[in-house]
Amino acid sequence: MGIKVDLEKCIGCSLCVRACSQSAITITDKKAVIDPAKCNLCAACVEACKKYQAITITKDSSAMLADISAYKNVAVFIEQHDGAVAGVSYEMLGEGRKLADQLGEKLIAVLLGSGMQTTAGDLVKYGADRVVYYNSAKLANFQDDSYGQIVSEFVDKEKPSIVLAGATATGRSFIPKVAARVWGGLTADCTKLEVDVEKRLLLGTRPAFGGNLMATIICPHHRPQMATVRHKVMKQAVRDDSRTGEVTVIDVPDSALTIRTTIANIVKEASSTINITEADIIVSGGRGMQDPKNMQLLFDLASVLGGAVGASRAAVDAGWIPYSHQVGQTGKTVCPKLYVACGISGSVQHMAGMQSADYIIAVNKDPGADIFQIANLGIVGDALQILPALTRAFKEQLGK
Amino acid sequence: MNIVVCIKQVPGTTQVKINPDTGTLIRAGVEAVVNPFDEYAIEEALRIKERLGTCVIKVISMGPPQAEDVLKSAIAMGADEAYLVTDRAFAGSDTWATSYTLANAIKTLGKVDLIICGKQAIDGDTAQVGPGVAEMLGIPFVAWVRKVEDVSETQIRVERMMEDGYEVVDMPLPGLMTVVKEINVPRMASLKGKMRAKKTAVATINAEALKAADKEKIGLKGSPTQVLRSFVPQRKTGGEKMGGETGDLVNKIKSTILDLGVIR
Repeated sequence: MGIKVDLEKCIGCSLCVRACSQSAITITDKKAVIDPAKCNLCAACVEACKKYQAITITKDSSAMLADISAYKNVAVFIEQHDGAVAGVSYEMLGEGRKLADQLGEKLIAVLLGSGMQTTAGDLVKYGADRVVYYNSAKLANFQDDSYGQIVSEFVDKEKPSIVLAGATATGRSFIPKVAARVWGGLTADCTKLEVDVEKRLLLGTRPAFGGNLMATIICPHHRPQMATVRHKVMKQAVRDDSRTGEVTVIDVPDSALTIRTTIANIVKEASSTINITEADIIVSGGRGMQDPKNMQLLFDLASVLGGAVGASRAAVDAGWIPYSHQVGQTGKTVCPKLYVACGISGSVQHMAGMQSADYIIAVNKDPGADIFQIANLGIVGDALQILPALTRAFKEQLGK
Repeated sequence: MNIVVCIKQVPGTTQVKINPDTGTLIRAGVEAVVNPFDEYAIEEALRIKERLGTCVIKVISMGPPQAEDVLKSAIAMGADEAYLVTDRAFAGSDTWATSYTLANAIKTLGKVDLIICGKQAIDGDTAQVGPGVAEMLGIPFVAWVRKVEDVSETQIRVERMMEDGYEVVDMPLPGLMTVVKEINVPRMASLKGKMRAKKTAVATINAEALKAADKEKIGLKGSPTQVLRSFVPQRKTGGEKMGGETGDLVNKIKSTILDLGVIR
């Protein structure tokens, strides 16, 4: 097991040197030499050397290959809060349906909750061939222990080949526990999913290094192949009342659940202007807002547009707005249809959190601001003047 | 009380640059730092120690030998002991194998009451190792902690940040939590701390030392996932850019937004 350079095939072209993120490869005597102390076996060089095929990584996995064929079908974890299905779960149903069709397999929706039989039935209309609904008062609220246990048991029993969940606070908390338990391969926060029908593989593409590098991950020798998927990247399934499917309701007895943590209180931070991960429109402000009281201008416009308010790290660190609004690498990653950046210069870290927005409007006084490099529409002007005028204009337009 | 803080050495991302010719990340000459989220984890451990009085803070990192530097930084901040989990056999570990290896390494540290991790590392951005370690140690877990409301030898009450607010969660100890940026402002290392870091030896934990570990589950062999390819995403290129009178700019923005059809 390890990485090897075939000296016959290597022509010393140094493509691999450039592909290596670890600076582990050097060219000595016109041949690639890999420093094993630096190499992390990421296989970027193998890909770079596709033309000459001089680098190979060998992996002994015969032991695992045996029971892979027992795994079949695409399962989607349906996230719910207070009995309402999260938008990302409809996106997973839409995407899961596509993958299942390509593979010629079934789409199974897994719902955990309390008194949600009607919702469970509706999931069929959104594309599920089968719905497995685990019903218990103890499953009404998300808890790592109970959700981890039930979904792990589902995997053991149903043996899905693929398991998808939203890359939400909930999904990214407990799905890794499921993967840990079942020795599945889990790819975090995917922005693209594909299948290799011949090899029966899920290809999950995800950003790393704050969006500076994309990586496509596979899980060749283990099952299930699991992925959490970023919200608002995939299309939601469309309801079709003519669809039919099978719904299995499993009443889970209290004694079957071991929950070690206790939720003492759930606090909803009221306004819709806060949930930036769900919002289609985000009005965001940075250092250029100049003063904490000017942040209200962002809320005014967001409220007219029906959007949420975001902020750069600079505005949050200055104490102008709570951390829950922060967009960027140390805050939240957002993917709205429209992102309006006001007085935000556009640091690498901020752009990592919002560059996948469908449309970006940037308002900044500095014509050289980096944010203009990714903005679809760049407005060189003073956000403090433009924002109130824009709010007024929309109020008139929309009759609010 | 014994607190373990898991930390990772990452490239200081502000310097992450893309080679325009090859489109790959330039890592040479990039300074390696403690993953920023892990600094919040170290700081919170120090605050819990200040609150409870008697605590031993052990920092642990899995990585190449040079990751010793970040462990020294943690000692300089005030951690008591440092452990480097390093071995050629660990190379190629994905998040599963990393969780397994770290969990087994933590088992060699004796009694552990609380494990704190940063919510994710800023290079991989997976946020999977914290919950993975908790699961493999069989202890309770809370992610995205933004505040420790109360802590004793046997229980901790924390605020877990969710999309639309937060939840107050009680977790019995031993347990593991991952923390977000909002939880604190990490202290700078004192001169005295830096002196101590110089003198403190970092203990090494190699594959041989992980007696309970299944050799099939470490390194490349234990890793279900593989990188098929990596590439630099197509950057968005700037579109139209304009300046002028506020009134004209407002009209331009308004008509653009209306044309997008995003307002419900």
